[in-house]
Amino acid sequence: MLAILREFWRSTGGLHLKDYHKDQSTQQPVHKLTATAVHELVIPLQQHSGHKPKLLVKLGDFVHKGQCLAVADGAISVPVHASTSGNIIAIEERQIAHPSGLTDLCMILKPDGHDNWGDQRLPPIENYTAASAEVLRQRISEAGIVGLGGAVFPSAIKLKVPDPIQLTTLVINGAECEPYITCDDMLMREQAAEIIIGCLIMLRALHEHAPTQGLDCLVGIEDNKPQAIAAMQTAAAHANDSRLKIVPVPTQYPTGGERQLIHILTGREVPSGGRPTDIGVLCHNVATARAIYQAVVLGQPLISRYVTVTGKGVAQPQNFEVPIGLSMQTLINAAGGYTPKAKGLIMGGSMMGVALPNDQIPVVKATNCLWVNEQEAIPEALPCIRCGRCAEACPVKLLPQQLYWHARARNLEKVEQYHIFDCIECGCCAYVCPSHIPLVDYYRYAKADIHTQNEAREKAALARERHEFHQERIERAKREKAEKLAKHKEAAQNKTTDTADKQAAIQAALERAKAKKAQQAATTTASEDKPA
Amino acid sequence: MLSALLVIGGLAAIFGLLLGYAAIRFRVEGDPLADKIDKLLPQTQCGQCTFPGCRPYAEAIAKGEADINQCPPGGEPTIQALAELLGVEAKPLNAENGEAQTVPLVAIIEEQTCIGCTLCIQACPVDAIVGAAKHMHTVIESECTGCKLCLPPCPVDCILMVPVKTSPANWKWPYPIIPLKEVA
Repeated sequence: MLAILREFWRSTGGLHLKDYHKDQSTQQPVHKLTATAVHELVIPLQQHSGHKPKLLVKLGDFVHKGQCLAVADGAISVPVHASTSGNIIAIEERQIAHPSGLTDLCMILKPDGHDNWGDQRLPPIENYTAASAEVLRQRISEAGIVGLGGAVFPSAIKLKVPDPIQLTTLVINGAECEPYITCDDMLMREQAAEIIIGCLIMLRALHEHAPTQGLDCLVGIEDNKPQAIAAMQTAAAHANDSRLKIVPVPTQYPTGGERQLIHILTGREVPSGGRPTDIGVLCHNVATARAIYQAVVLGQPLISRYVTVTGKGVAQPQNFEVPIGLSMQTLINAAGGYTPKAKGLIMGGSMMGVALPNDQIPVVKATNCLWVNEQEAIPEALPCIRCGRCAEACPVKLLPQQLYWHARARNLEKVEQYHIFDCIECGCCAYVCPSHIPLVDYYRYAKADIHTQNEAREKAALARERHEFHQERIERAKREKAEKLAKHKEAAQNKTTDTADKQAAIQAALERAKAKKAQQAATTTASEDKPA
Repeated sequence: MLSALLVIGGLAAIFGLLLGYAAIRFRVEGDPLADKIDKLLPQTQCGQCTFPGCRPYAEAIAKGEADINQCPPGGEPTIQALAELLGVEAKPLNAENGEAQTVPLVAIIEEQTCIGCTLCIQACPVDAIVGAAKHMHTVIESECTGCKLCLPPCPVDCILMVPVKTSPANWKWPYPIIPLKEVA
């Protein structure tokens, strides 16, 4: 019945691609890379969305594997851990994987080759079914776990559902819809049991918000990954928990978008500007579930992840388990090096990936795929012919064409009216555009410009408030000074009258004393006069 | 004839009284137009418009005593917004008031040179400088508006205006530029 309904819930937009280029990187088992042989690891301080963590280590410090290098600082923040043991040889600005190509503060770790944990493992919480939600969230936070699907938002905060909200469904995202990326596919094939335990831990962490019969845990996997589906089904059967359901979903880009997957699995739509919790759903990625398993059951912080290295530009496309901080170059060498076709280097898939300026950039928590493409000549953008294919392709049912016109004209008010903030930047519109207009670039620009304007407005409001306070303070100081002066003046005037009074009093006292003396003198003379 | 005069005169008197009453009863405190103008100004409080702060400039514009093109930190966008609000023609920035600011600036105190005279603290319109007499001063960067008012009073010239650093945290996607094709 549900399967029939899900056919109805299929997203209207999106793309049916002929080839997802996934087979090339799934031919070999996942190869685990270690950081012992490399000459340095570059670990960026900020690898999550939110506040920058606070540095704990100093230059020259020796750190064990899994040791905390920086602690969470601020409401939305997670710590960063050492991926191997070694010395901190520098703390400096290095280029990071970011569309701007800018540098950011990184800790440079020189491995000692021993990969030694020391006593840095967190105490395992084996009986997680009895642990309190708070303890589990605390562990997930201190292990530095963020959403590994790409948004890198701290998972513990996502698991802290506001109190009145009752959840019905936990969606585990194993759709992995973007072409070329296969890291979640391989993870599900090889570590299905760990993912399932991760799901059970999350269900436990959410038990306060669950209905009496428990949360539904739906693992959505696209049907182009039969091996992953089979492995997950076996693992789920083994766990023998009626809440777990493995649901194959139709292959269609972008089914792996959080809101799209929730819609396909539950038929409910997340409201514009809202969050999945508004409709009683929470969504996490399969890789996040596995990281949670490692943190809770094994006591390991998030110091490695699965990364796909693929494309026609590498000799042996495959998946690796990579320690965070390893350079992309090492990764490419492990995959047999570049082929003569190699041109561009992209972090992510072919639809939403970020172009990297060189291969010296480190792997971070957000790195799911490294795609070395044979750059086809980028077709020249032609004028929009108003064919409307972008509107058909848009999975969020926006009007990409209107957004494009208004963003191009820098008419931000109109862009916002057309709900630009519901755009998930999936790139479907730009993909189908016969004029090859880089539509997503316009939307990103418009979003950024709106944010800039809002920030400027906030800053102006703060400056106005502070200036008003400053003016008021000066006025008050002036007034107080004037009042003080007036008081002094009054006091000085009172002084003159005072002295007159005082002198009169002294005079009176003197006179009294004189009179007394005279009186005394009179009595003594009188007594002297008396005959003895 | 007389009755017509009386009726019209009477009506005029009644409406006059009504309007007079309404003016007192529904009186708006403050100047709503100046408020609206003030909201559009960048609140740098730099005084380059020749008025002592953004609010006085806004009031002057509302009274028609000042032109809309005297705010260099706001530049073109502010002039556009003011023109739209007031229904007048936008005009280029008045060069007498200074040049438009393209990059946001922030003040930085060279700590070795600072003698702790407190003059900059008094000059700062938004209280963004902290310090005490004969102690080093420093700028709270997040609250500095980049107005440059602290520069002239400094006796040892230890304050620098530097552009706000772009980092991955505050970087913004640029406007897409599509290269033009060369035609022979």
